[in-house]
This record gives sequence, C-alpha cells and structure tokens, in this order.
Amino acid sequence: MHRPSTGAILFALIPFTAICFSVALWDRINPIVFGLPFNFFWLITWLLLTPVCMWGAYRQETARISGAHRAGSAKP
Amino acid sequence: MSPTVVALTIISIIVATGSFIGLYAGTRRKMDLEQWIVGDRGFGMLLVWLLTAGEIYTTFTFLGASGWAYSKGGPVLYILAYQALMNVVAFFVLPPVWEISRKYRLQTQADFFQVRYNNKYLSAFVALVGIVFIVPYLQLQLTGLGMIVEVASYGAIHRTPAMILAFLIVAAFVLTSGIRGVAWVSVLKDILLLFSAIFVGVAIPYIYFGGIGKMFTELVRVKPAHLTMPGATTNLGHTWYISTVLLVAVGFYMWPQFFGASFSAKSGDTLRRNAVIMPFYSITMPLMFFVGLAATLILPGLPNGDLSMLAIVRKTFPPWFLGWIGGAGALTAMVPAGVMILTAATLFAKNLCRTILFPKMTDQEVGRLAKISVLVITVAALSAAIYSSTTLVGLLLVGYGGVGQFFPGVVLGIYSKRVSMPGVFAGIVTGVLIFVPLMLTKNDPIMGLNAGFIALCCNFAVVAAVSILKPAKRGGFGESLDRNA
Repeated sequence: MHRPSTGAILFALIPFTAICFSVALWDRINPIVFGLPFNFFWLITWLLLTPVCMWGAYRQETARISGAHRAGSAKP
Repeated sequence: MSPTVVALTIISIIVATGSFIGLYAGTRRKMDLEQWIVGDRGFGMLLVWLLTAGEIYTTFTFLGASGWAYSKGGPVLYILAYQALMNVVAFFVLPPVWEISRKYRLQTQADFFQVRYNNKYLSAFVALVGIVFIVPYLQLQLTGLGMIVEVASYGAIHRTPAMILAFLIVAAFVLTSGIRGVAWVSVLKDILLLFSAIFVGVAIPYIYFGGIGKMFTELVRVKPAHLTMPGATTNLGHTWYISTVLLVAVGFYMWPQFFGASFSAKSGDTLRRNAVIMPFYSITMPLMFFVGLAATLILPGLPNGDLSMLAIVRKTFPPWFLGWIGGAGALTAMVPAGVMILTAATLFAKNLCRTILFPKMTDQEVGRLAKISVLVITVAALSAAIYSSTTLVGLLLVGYGGVGQFFPGVVLGIYSKRVSMPGVFAGIVTGVLIFVPLMLTKNDPIMGLNAGFIALCCNFAVVAAVSILKPAKRGGFGESLDRNA
C-alpha cells in the first residue's frame, strides 16, 4: 500500500500532541474558561479542532491520490 | 397511572419500535452471508456514520462515563481524548483495510490476516482471540442493559428477565436482517440518545446549581482535587492517561466488529471523510461527565458509580422521562450487541470451524452455521452476565488490552513488506500472554502504566525482532495494491 504523505502525518500529530502527550501542561483547574476548569475546556476545544486538523490531512491525501490517478492514466 | 406503569409503557414502546425497524430492514432482501455480514458493501456515508457512531455510544459511555466522573473524577477525561484520537488512527488504517477487503471479498478480520499472512493457524488464532474478548464486551452491554431497565422500571422488572428478553429480540433482528438491521435500529437509538444526553447534561446542572459554570464553581470550592488527575484514585495519573489513551486510540478499530463494519462502506473515501467528522459526535460526552460530577455533590456515597446518572434522573424528572432514558439505554445496549453477536458468530463459523475443522464446507453451510452460532453466543454471554459480577469498566479494559494486540499485525501488514507471519504470530501470543496474567492478578495499571499498553509495546518489539532476524520471503498481498502500480 502507498504510505500516507508526510503532510497528512504532520497534521495528525497535532491532535496527538495537544490531547495526549502534553497532558502535564494542561491538566489543571485554573484558568477557568467559560465556567469550565482548564483541562475540561482544553479537551472540549480539541474535540472541535481535531476535525479541522484531519480535514487538512484529508486535503493532503486526496490531492495526492487524484494526482496519482492522473499519473496512472497517463501511462500507456 | 402509577410511575412504574408509565415508565414501563414508554420503555416498551421504544424497544418495540426499535425491534420493528430492525426486523423490517432485512425484508425484501436476500439474506446470504455477504448481505448478512457486510450489507453487500453498499453503505454510504450516512449508514457508515450511524453504524460506527452507534458503536461508540455503547452502554459503557452512557453509564460508564458519568459513572467514572462520579467515582474517579479527572481520569474520566481519557474518554474524550481517545474518542478524538481513535479517528485520527482510523483515517490512516481503515481506507487501506477497506481496499483490501473489497479486492479479496473479505468478510471478517481473520480473513484479513489470512490473505495478508497466508497461514490458517494465525487466522484461526486471531478469530479465537477476537471471540474470547468480544464475550466480556457483550457481557458489559447485557449487564448495563439489565441495570438500566431495572432502575427505569422502579425495580418492577428484575435485571435478569430484562436481559433475557432484550437479547432474544437482538438475536431475532440479527438473524433476519444482519448488519443492515443493526444500522437502521441505531438511527432511532441515536436520535433518542442525543436528545437525552443534551437535555440531561444541561438540565441537571441548571436545576441544582443554576448552570454548568456555577456547578464547577461549587466543585472547585468543595473538592478541587476531584477535577484533575488522578482525581479520587491514587494510580490513574498522567502516565496512566498517556498509555491508556494510546492503547485505546490504536485498539478501538481492532475490535473485530468495528474492523469488520468498515467493510460495509461503499468506498475508502467514505471512511476517510467519516474519520474526519467523527469527533464532532463525541461533543455530548462532556455532558455525561457533568451529570456524574453533579451527582458527586447531590447524591454522594452511591454504592455503584455506574448508577449515578440513572439515580439522579430518577430523583429529578417525572416517570415518563425515566422511561424514555430507560428505552434509549436499552437500545444503546442492543445495537452494539447486535454487531458483536453477528461478528463473533461469523468468526466462529467461517474462521474457526471451516478453517480448522471442516475445510470442505460450502458458503451456504457457513452461513447456516453462523446463524446457529448467533444463538450459542447469545446464550454464552447471557450466562456470563447472569452469573458474574465484574464492573463495567473492568470488563471494557479487559477487551481493549486483548484486541489491541492485533494492531501491529494490521498496520505493519498494510504498510510494511518486510513484516513476517511468524513475527506477527509471536507478537500477538506475547501480547496476550503478558496482558492476561497482569489483568487476572489485578496488576493493571502497573507502575503507573496501562497493562495492555505494556503488552502492546512488547508485542511490537517481538514482531520487529522476529521479522528482522527472519524476513518475509514474499511481502505484501501477493500482488501490489498500490494505486500507482
């Protein structure tokens, strides 16, 4: 199978970093934002931002796949 | 009318409507194995979304999320994290899996291992491990369903008859309509559940505290330690969070039923787009947390945290609403249970019985055996649920630690030509052999890490070591699936 493009992988690493690896930085109560403790606010925000990042990854992948299709059909 | 009668009437109407939809969905279609297990591979974005979303909102999220917010506090945030990240993983894994499934007419996860590694013992072993870990997950749905109906009927229906009745209905619509029936029942279930989650999650904090913000102000004043990790626990800190989120994010689509559900999609692009938008669906999860957190202040000291949401709804709302929650909750258990039974039955008939015992079976005979297995597996899970008393969370984590061990074999199978069959086989065996003893001796988490995650790391190491020492002679799927080729 073709490997995913580097661009798509970079887009995918953004939510992994923000949601998973950086937990020690945001797992606290203050500052309270919109009435929510900071950790709750942070994760809810990233639930909404993850699709935005993955839409970026989607653009990367589909551009490459349709490019590959064109290249493929140009071959004899 | 007494509250019991009102609540019972509503529950019965909802369950009956769901059963009708499930049975009707399969009429007018010829139910061969292909239609039954993968819906003739014709599901568009809406049905795939409903099928996968229907799977995510299981009884665990319905009761377990508020239950963890109630009894554990901050660690419950891992649920939000994995629900976002598992779709990031799915974006890269499911579309290639779908392409392979289309090309080789795959029906189960074990079929994938068969065409990729070309070894019937590996594929039968994958089927066996899958079935063994589906049963606790199925038991979880049953136990949750029993609790919901018992509380929602004000104790009028004991949990055992509720579980038996509900599972006879599930077996019936699985037998008649296959995966198509399950997908359509989840339409009703999702509508009911979305409404319930939003309403309860907003109303409870508003009624008792005057708003979500005011509820948190009170929580910060009374028990601030409950809101961050490790919350009310001693061992669910940040390393536990990272290891558990990673395990569940990669393990989620390794469940044989979710892996197999992707085969029913119309195209790989459907799955890719679905993975992009899926996290939006989890936006109601925090509302379940709020209900559990409100309950820590309003109803402290409940013996079973899993019941906190139902207890607070029963205390706050009129009987018809409790009935509504009860009906929605029952369907929430029945929909995922349907797919699990369907998957386990097919794995058993096709990948265990035919592969190992009776290689001469025809497709029609496999289909017939799968339908008989539906009843066997339903009865097995029912007896496990009736005679065992494990908590919901315990049951779920058993499953993830187990099925997560398929991940190296799947992802390396797709993207690496060098990974070898003995490597993958040894890796899965190692992972399971490390995980199961740790789980049974209650050493999870161990040293602040999720036991399934440790097993997965060892699994990867073994796959890599064996594949490097003895590389595969013929990598890939026999012929290249690359679109560039």
